[in-house]
Amino acid sequence: MPTMNMLQAINNALDIAMAEDEKVICFGEDVGVFGGVFRATSHLQEKYGKARCFNTPLVEQGIIGFANGLAAQGSVPVAEIQFADYIFPAFDQIVNETAKFRYRSGDLFNVGGLTIRTPYGGGIAGGLYHSQSPEAYFTHTPGLKVVVPRNPYQAKGLLLAAIRDPDPVLYLEPKRLYRAAVGDVPEEDYQLPIGEAEVIKEGSDITLVGWGAQMEVIGKAAELAEEQGIACEVIDLRTLLPWDADTVAESVFKTGRLIVSHEAPLTGGFAGEIAATIQERCFLYLESPISRVTGLDTPFPLVLEKEYLPDHLKIFEAIRESVNF
Amino acid sequence: MTEYVHQPRFMTGDEFSIDTFCLLNPEGELYQGASEPALERDHARRLYQAMLATRILDERMMAAQRQGRLSFYMQCTGEEAAVVGAAAALDDADMIMAQYREQGALMYRGFSIDEFMNQLFGNELDYGKGRQMPIHYGSRKLHYMTISSPLATQIPQATGYAYGQKLAGDGHCTLTFFGEGAASEGDFHAALNMASVHQVPVIFFCRNNGYAISTPSTEQFAADGIAPRAFGYHMHVIRVDGNDALAVFEATTQARKIAVEQNQPVLIEAMSYRLAAHSSSDDPSGYRSKDEEEVWRAKDPLLRLQKWLVKKGWWSDEEEASQQETLRREVLDTMKRAEKRSSPPLDSLISDVYADVTPALQRQLDQLKRHIRRYPDAYPKGAKSLDLDVDPANHSQGEV
Ligand SMILES: Cc1ncc(C[n+]2csc(CCOP(=O)(O)OP(=O)(O)O)c2C)c(N)n1
Repeated sequence: MPTMNMLQAINNALDIAMAEDEKVICFGEDVGVFGGVFRATSHLQEKYGKARCFNTPLVEQGIIGFANGLAAQGSVPVAEIQFADYIFPAFDQIVNETAKFRYRSGDLFNVGGLTIRTPYGGGIAGGLYHSQSPEAYFTHTPGLKVVVPRNPYQAKGLLLAAIRDPDPVLYLEPKRLYRAAVGDVPEEDYQLPIGEAEVIKEGSDITLVGWGAQMEVIGKAAELAEEQGIACEVIDLRTLLPWDADTVAESVFKTGRLIVSHEAPLTGGFAGEIAATIQERCFLYLESPISRVTGLDTPFPLVLEKEYLPDHLKIFEAIRESVNF
Repeated sequence: MTEYVHQPRFMTGDEFSIDTFCLLNPEGELYQGASEPALERDHARRLYQAMLATRILDERMMAAQRQGRLSFYMQCTGEEAAVVGAAAALDDADMIMAQYREQGALMYRGFSIDEFMNQLFGNELDYGKGRQMPIHYGSRKLHYMTISSPLATQIPQATGYAYGQKLAGDGHCTLTFFGEGAASEGDFHAALNMASVHQVPVIFFCRNNGYAISTPSTEQFAADGIAPRAFGYHMHVIRVDGNDALAVFEATTQARKIAVEQNQPVLIEAMSYRLAAHSSSDDPSGYRSKDEEEVWRAKDPLLRLQKWLVKKGWWSDEEEASQQETLRREVLDTMKRAEKRSSPPLDSLISDVYADVTPALQRQLDQLKRHIRRYPDAYPKGAKSLDLDVDPANHSQGEV
């Protein structure tokens, strides 16, 4: 099995999707001959021509508006927004149009073919505008699916699933992992299920939930806890909308404790949604309050990024507090 | 005022071609029929010195980035005449709202090398408190709005700022810089429309340098540049040779007159070339040829103005050499100082989110402080600002 980093796995998935279906079309700022600023679309223009892989003018609302129309026509657009921080000019097109196309037309029209890919998250010394985790703005939007991979294997399987999914998918790529995450990726076509969480590690004392780049940090925290004799169950949500509450609840029935971690600010963050749902479902089984380890309620800093980010030590402390509650 | 005709006639933009205003030829001589702008000796020297200082700062900081001393950098190289020429035509109290590649304007206004360095290294003296990536400068004193990374957002803000200036009646205007790429954003169109409807003293200054990262302008728009868009908004417009500092200066001087005397917006398109990479993270060899770059290197805007100055007896080769030497040394010395300075204090994590720190933010910071006290080695910057001892050999891991 070949080894790939996350970018290569994404590129490979796009290549497979474009080879299989000529309706698949990739575009965005700099994605053409250059292959995107992170090189996720390398060689696609060479292989599939300028009509199916191209640079757009620099206008995110245009990119997604165009993609909505293209998807409504029956094509399968994979639109790249260069950084998730720059998705907001397209917010109206995504939230009011992409998400509501099927609903408002009584299913006369839909943009189910659309996948929006965008690099997100911190840890790359990017400061305010190259580090945001905007998932919660979109998980509040019925009609969208929101998917986040944590390694190259997932990146390929989930992206292929997203492209073929009958609903529009916002596919958030943890850019810190683009080159850092390397692993075995099957050469052939395969899909991973959207809407299903993955239990990465079983354990009986506490459940740790996260997604994307946070999984690496959670894994390290679980190891530290393990050294103290605390057995953690680690769950990667993989899909944030619709999210797999059953798998998380199942785990919390067993462990009685839950920690959710994400890079985005605490208030209004997606961890709040998870905590509320699990509290409803598992109230009588909980042995300590559900806790959230997240970024601060501030914009993303630059110099003090390490202090800001939820890391393995902060999660480890939360585990200790939960277990000793 | 439309005329009625009875045969269909489709019009295209090709019927209107916009000319390019230039004064100096590559030898630094005035073109025939060109008249010299009203630019006095000291003013001309200040203009050129800012261009030169910008070039040297850029060269040095790019080298520092390559040595790993700086996380990121962006050069203005090739566009110094467009940027500094425009700034030199303004009143120093006019507002400048830049995109990010316009350090030349800030240099012209007198931002010190120290001030540049403090921002670039995000140290405790950085006005932005180490929150933004390098090159996101700002100066209230120098009327230079702090840079924001999301492109084109400054353009409609400039319209609004200038409308406020008009109401205040202080005789000032706002000039906003943006690239031809950013001019594709919706914000650009909104800004021009509002400015012309509301008659606002704003100058929209497009640096058309041929590329938006890897995207050539031919893939950015189908029209003849950005200038023709002014027609649709019923706006004054001029296209100027962006490598000719005198022409940029003269065009902007006249644009400013229109803006402040008639309360009318003006669009300027300066034609130039991004000689350097887009940023220190970019490699232009992936999307353009060295030959193409060489053509533009031969049109270096610094040389052209320098030749003109020397011919006038306002500058000399000796001065050039000694200025270069002095600037290089100043940049290096200042960089060494700035690098050594402390980071902004931990409390700066939660300040300025709101005018007053909220109780929730205070709680979060207090919790963070308790955590850092427990693991000082894992957060060297935070620990230092709390006066905790840090083991220099153990920066990534904390004690458990
Ligand atoms: C809204 C938004 N989208 C994308 C980006 C990423 N980005 C940064 S610079 C740039 C190219 C800008 O080109 P141009 O406006 O022509 O200016 P130049 O870099 O050529 O000076 C892009 C796409 C951004 N900063 N903001």
